[in-house]
Amino acid sequence: MVIYGLALMGGCMVVGTALGYLVGHLLGISANIGGVGMAMLMLVVFSRQLMDKDQLSAAAQSGIKFWSAMYIPIVVAMCTRQNVVAAFDAGALAFIAGLAATASGFLLIRPISALGPRSEPLPPIEQEGK
Amino acid sequence: MVEVLLHGVTKYPLVTAFVVVGVVMYVAGVVSKAMGGRVHASAIAIVMGLALAYIGGKYAGGKHGLADVGLFSGLGLMGGSVFRDFAIVSTAFGAKLEELKKAGVPGVVSLFVSVAVSMIIGGAAALAFGYTDPVEITTIGAGAVTFIVGPVTGNALGASSEVIALSVAAGVVKSITVMVTTPFLAKAAGLDNPAAACVYGGLMGSTSGVAAGLAATDARLVPYGALTATFYTGLGCLLCPSVGYMVVLALFG
Repeated sequence: MVIYGLALMGGCMVVGTALGYLVGHLLGISANIGGVGMAMLMLVVFSRQLMDKDQLSAAAQSGIKFWSAMYIPIVVAMCTRQNVVAAFDAGALAFIAGLAATASGFLLIRPISALGPRSEPLPPIEQEGK
Repeated sequence: MVEVLLHGVTKYPLVTAFVVVGVVMYVAGVVSKAMGGRVHASAIAIVMGLALAYIGGKYAGGKHGLADVGLFSGLGLMGGSVFRDFAIVSTAFGAKLEELKKAGVPGVVSLFVSVAVSMIIGGAAALAFGYTDPVEITTIGAGAVTFIVGPVTGNALGASSEVIALSVAAGVVKSITVMVTTPFLAKAAGLDNPAAACVYGGLMGSTSGVAAGLAATDARLVPYGALTATFYTGLGCLLCPSVGYMVVLALFG
């Protein structure tokens, strides 16, 4: 059943969010620290386990894959509701701070990646299949 | 008569949003093809979305771009944090645990380095523009971390609403810059493998920026980048008003 996939994913998210707020609470702030990230880790582990045991049906997987496929459209919708006007009207200080912070991030990708074992580049995408 | 027919687009706002985004994606695909496929269709769709947000923001005068225009209110739901986070979690399905393990140490390092570096850059910019009060320097510095960390820090430290607004603006500029520039800088920055995506997520931090930046670059990298990015704002909210403020206070107090 399709809903089983959604329930698995939703369950991971509910538990992850609870853990995220718990971490925040323990650190003394009212915020969700990494709840979505923990949900993702749980989904990676549990979906792998269920698939290894052949207990995640194709229909259940398609429930998750649907949302995966909706990711880019959702991101586009997210973009349409950004406060772009505020960014444009922000003035030089906000521009410099925001741009310089982004630039430094790009410069740091290589040196910090080098701290870990090498990860192979993904193979090129054959054809745009969307 | 027009008003009666208008119910078609206003009755089910979320459904209208599906139609609007579908049209945007289609046009982006056509534009991408017309440009010889050099720019990814998702990158074009994202820029189009941001342009629509600008137009909508100017028209409605709200904070949520096109979603504040009545007709398009469904975009607020479709692009809101519930759908966004649910879709982000779904991308983890199929991510490789081995790749995530490889990126463990660099991913954590990237989070801490980036909170510190962003805050230093934001604080330095504030200093350069004549802000000398430690609370104001810290708040604007925190804004360069993300647009959520800025106001959280500012409120915790009692900054003025003008400075808080400035910190939000710095964070929004960062987030939008990440969305737009990532597809063009990815290759040069070495962002072509899962481990680098984890580091990128930790360095850029803004969940929306990373979500859109990777979507426009290579959607297969999304789970790796999003995973680390989701820790960033929380870490910033934790460190900026505490350690960050103490450091600023020691230097400029």
